[in-house]
Amino acid sequence: MQRNLNHTKIVTIEKVIDETPTVRTLVFSDDIMANVLPGQFAMVWIPGINELPMSIMISQESGKAAFTVRKHGPASTGLFNIEAGQQIGIRGPYGNSFDLKEGKLLLVGGGTGLVPMMRLLTFVKPTDDVTVLIGAKSKDEVFFEDLSNTLLENNPHKILVSTDDGSYGEKGFVTDLVEKLVSENQYDGVYVCGPEIMMYKTVQSAHSRNIFVQASLERMMKCGVGICGSCCVGEDLVCKDGTIFDGEHLSTNKEFGNSHRNKAGILENY
Amino acid sequence: MEPNIATSIGQIQLERPVMLASGILGISLDVFNRLYRSGAGAVVTKSLSTEPWEGYPNPTIFSVNGGGWMNAVGLSNPGAPNFAKMIESNQDVPIIVSLVGSIPADFELMIKQFENCKVTAYELNLSCPHVAKVGLEVGDDPELVKEIVSTAKNSTKVPVIAKVGLGTTHYLKTVGTAIDSGIDAITAINTVRAMAIDVETQRPILSNKFGGLSGTPIKPIALRCVYEISSKYDIPIIGCGGISSWEDAVEFFLAGASAIQLGSAVGDNWINIFDDINKGILQYMKKKNYSTVQEMVGLAKKS
Repeated sequence: MQRNLNHTKIVTIEKVIDETPTVRTLVFSDDIMANVLPGQFAMVWIPGINELPMSIMISQESGKAAFTVRKHGPASTGLFNIEAGQQIGIRGPYGNSFDLKEGKLLLVGGGTGLVPMMRLLTFVKPTDDVTVLIGAKSKDEVFFEDLSNTLLENNPHKILVSTDDGSYGEKGFVTDLVEKLVSENQYDGVYVCGPEIMMYKTVQSAHSRNIFVQASLERMMKCGVGICGSCCVGEDLVCKDGTIFDGEHLSTNKEFGNSHRNKAGILENY
Repeated sequence: MEPNIATSIGQIQLERPVMLASGILGISLDVFNRLYRSGAGAVVTKSLSTEPWEGYPNPTIFSVNGGGWMNAVGLSNPGAPNFAKMIESNQDVPIIVSLVGSIPADFELMIKQFENCKVTAYELNLSCPHVAKVGLEVGDDPELVKEIVSTAKNSTKVPVIAKVGLGTTHYLKTVGTAIDSGIDAITAINTVRAMAIDVETQRPILSNKFGGLSGTPIKPIALRCVYEISSKYDIPIIGCGGISSWEDAVEFFLAGASAIQLGSAVGDNWINIFDDINKGILQYMKKKNYSTVQEMVGLAKKS
């Protein structure tokens, strides 16, 4: 029988990698999740705790995939605390994927927003000239810098890091660096995932120069399958229409960059 | 005469007979506009309460192997006052406001809060199967149904619909009580109380343990209910439960429904489904030579 991808499948965590003091990667075996498109997500059940939408992280081993989680609220902390040998439930993959252009590419990731960027890197062509921009609060919280270098070893590439406190790489907000890069380079595609304001500014910087840009949005998500409506942004539903949207489309969305809905569905400003 | 899929549910006139069911997607006016542009004849809002509700923690939904969904979202909603403010600017979309409460005064209060909004009808949620002291627990109490329906009817000139489901009081009795209290139409049915247990981790999957089953598995049950209601009472009916194709929609018309609502199928097939079903109904009407939806309502009861 064909697997019902909406049905929660139990998998066992095989390995836990500490990325930073607050970020871990949990590796598991699953052929379908191992081969998803860049930007797709899964709904992840932490039994007895909660269920979360998570971008599906790559694994260096075939047939495996992973989730990279930062401990934040009770649900993400619950996932962060899962140990090797423990079980979680997964359903999906859900959502659309990045439209990867060829040529000169800029990938911008803030924190765990780097996860879909790492999968996107596995799809670039050897001739693509790729810049990865990593934004973090401080040196302690920088991760996936080495992984980015490894994934791009056959490409002309640059990995740039900016930290808010200047403890590593360039000091300042990643969006200032984005503005500088897009003003000095003619990119064929810009891809961004991270905090909303970071995405909003990146989309503005690129779209205002007619550079193709896509962002992977995040909203309060309950069902993940276009039923509950929790993740709406204006007229768009992040789970079914996204999570990836073109800058062109986002520039007409009144809520992008401004507001999001809470668990009750009430609009709150960023 | 060219067929027209416009329909009427008592006093409620709709250009198209396919609506969005309550609980589905219904929290933003922008989404309502999109659904209306995509072929929905009306949208029913999430059930609104007097105060904002966050609903249950995840998992709130579960896909049943073999078909259908089970959900216990927990009636999360921004509360009637916030919602009324949001839809104040609505001009175009036929909006049916779904209300949930425990006592008649809740409904009276909320209806007042929508005074400045263009509301096509109110739908009283007497049947949500997974939240305490509201929904089905209210619907199962005939005295409360009587008081809530009478109060709602006295609070507005807009038509009032009661949405019924499978509780401990027979839904035919609940429908009878609602009719005696002045209800304008009935929506049947809500999700059916159910649960799922994961065998690996040996625990219920939904955070609330119990949820409501929706989707194709409940369609034959919903169809039976519509048929029984229309056989027993002279009341306009909106069919709801597992409808996912134009054939399903027509089945409900033939059983006695004047319009239908879509829930789970919207998630499964996405927003084009409204237009797909409208087109299918229109083709069927051409083939069978009907010029109005009303001509086929209840035809299956002739034999």
